[in-house]
Amino acid sequence: MAKISEKKPNKNQARRQNIYMDYGAATPVDPRVLKSLSRFPSEFFGNTMSLHSFGRKAKAKLEESREILADLINAEPREIIFTGSATESNNLALKGIASANRQKGGHIIISPIEHSCVKESADWLEGQGFEISRLKVDEYGLVDPREVKKLIRKDTILVSVMHANNEIGTIEPIEEIGKICRNKGVYFHTDAAQSLGKIPIDVKKMNIDLLTGSSQKMYGPKGAACLFVRKGIKINPILHGGGQEFGLRPATVNVPAVYGFAKAGLFCGKEMRKESEKLRKLRDKLIKGIKAKISGAFLNGHPQKRLPNNINFRFEFIEGEALIAKLDIKGIAASTGSACSSEKLQPSHVLLAIGLAPQKAHGSLRLTLGRWTTDKEVNYVLEVLPEIIKELREISPFKK
Amino acid sequence: MPNNFYTKKVMNHFKKPHNYGRLEKADGVGTVGNAVCGDVMRLYIKIGLDKKKQEVIKDIKFETFGCVAAIASSSAITDLAKGKTLKSALKISKAGIADSLGGLPPVKMHCSLLASDALAEAAYDYLFSNKKEIPSDLEAKHKQISKDRKRTEKKYKDWMEEQKKIMDKN
Ligand code: FES
Repeated sequence: MAKISEKKPNKNQARRQNIYMDYGAATPVDPRVLKSLSRFPSEFFGNTMSLHSFGRKAKAKLEESREILADLINAEPREIIFTGSATESNNLALKGIASANRQKGGHIIISPIEHSCVKESADWLEGQGFEISRLKVDEYGLVDPREVKKLIRKDTILVSVMHANNEIGTIEPIEEIGKICRNKGVYFHTDAAQSLGKIPIDVKKMNIDLLTGSSQKMYGPKGAACLFVRKGIKINPILHGGGQEFGLRPATVNVPAVYGFAKAGLFCGKEMRKESEKLRKLRDKLIKGIKAKISGAFLNGHPQKRLPNNINFRFEFIEGEALIAKLDIKGIAASTGSACSSEKLQPSHVLLAIGLAPQKAHGSLRLTLGRWTTDKEVNYVLEVLPEIIKELREISPFKK
Repeated sequence: MPNNFYTKKVMNHFKKPHNYGRLEKADGVGTVGNAVCGDVMRLYIKIGLDKKKQEVIKDIKFETFGCVAAIASSSAITDLAKGKTLKSALKISKAGIADSLGGLPPVKMHCSLLASDALAEAAYDYLFSNKKEIPSDLEAKHKQISKDRKRTEKKYKDWMEEQKKIMDKN
């Protein structure tokens, strides 16, 4: 929920904080990225498929972007396909592999905590006659690579396990899963929308065949994402048209957004170590502080194997939508997996998969930190949150 | 939860709910669960007699575990019911509650239903435990609510099973 709009600012509002702790949902564009895009509309507007100088200029920017992002994950430029969103990349990965490898078989393995675009693509493929196996996860949301090994069959064509979970921040053992898949000759896709630019990724070392990345989760503009497709992989496009992006994503490329994505990637790559260190400190301070100040608070996700910017708690006797609204009143933007806040009025499938009963999934709070989070903001949250929890518990029938 | 999702009135009730907490020595208590999303609301009422010897709601308090709309609806119904005769308080509908809040988003109408159900249950509890005559429409409502409760329990069970399914699939 964005800030509540009130026309006339009053004294109280002047003091109102504006703290963004929902970087996992969307990041603001880095001003440095914005600056690099300022000449785009007038200079690089050409269609990358045109043969004249205008087209060539745009094309050059596109290829430069490809190189930058390839570098970020240790891939070849030719292996980067630009798309319009992470949802599109994930759809292309699943459906594109499924349709191109039908001959070999129709069996696909996914984790139970995938983002809805992977989950729904798999469900759709299931309806088309493919067979989907869903892995288990433990209480932290971790996939067991041995289970992947057990589930792979002769007709398995793809394993898709996300790199880091968007809700609870757990980082999956991608390298091990990749190795198993490589040995078994099965393609391995990972959705890295939440991790790209935040933690190191090396597609060669990690044995990754396909990887999804998203611009708007790493301080780039919306409307750009990528799918890394290892050379030699058999995959079909899901859109048909001109020959752009090596025929795999035939549509006019959104070069400004793609270039912004690449620029953002450049900064993420350069500053990753320092930034993640800073965020990890703030994250751990929040986790420690919340545990110390609030009773009945439980961390969701893995304590160590988690994104440097992710905090996810469950509070007893608290419903998440009310909690988010209270935080919003105090000027803090956060998110929840509560049923009441979802359109279908069902709790998050991720929280159910890690074994939380629906009533428990109700009280979850996700705080995701980012480039501009400060120590002062963390202190403010630690000051305000216990009060809010107390207020909500006071009106709850469950309190003792 | 989009901006402008809730009216100002809803947010005011939510920010400063009226009449919350437990009412000691209540004459009637109604607890209902949300059939849709699994939240819980409890209303306490204290009954007195007015000059015409009619039963009136002297005091009323709520305890709610639920969303913004559920909390605002609880607060609103305590305002609407306080001082009313039992008979007219029972006429407060989910639409009446929503109206008093300047409207609720369609997906949140069931949260105001929760409030009117809780009041009916509290009244039923009072009448039943004092061996008073229970109007037939209240009796019917009570039956419906009990049925809904069972459905909620079943839904929880389904959810549990679904969760188990996710966990043990394969
Ligand atoms: S109580 Fe769950 S949606 Fe209102």
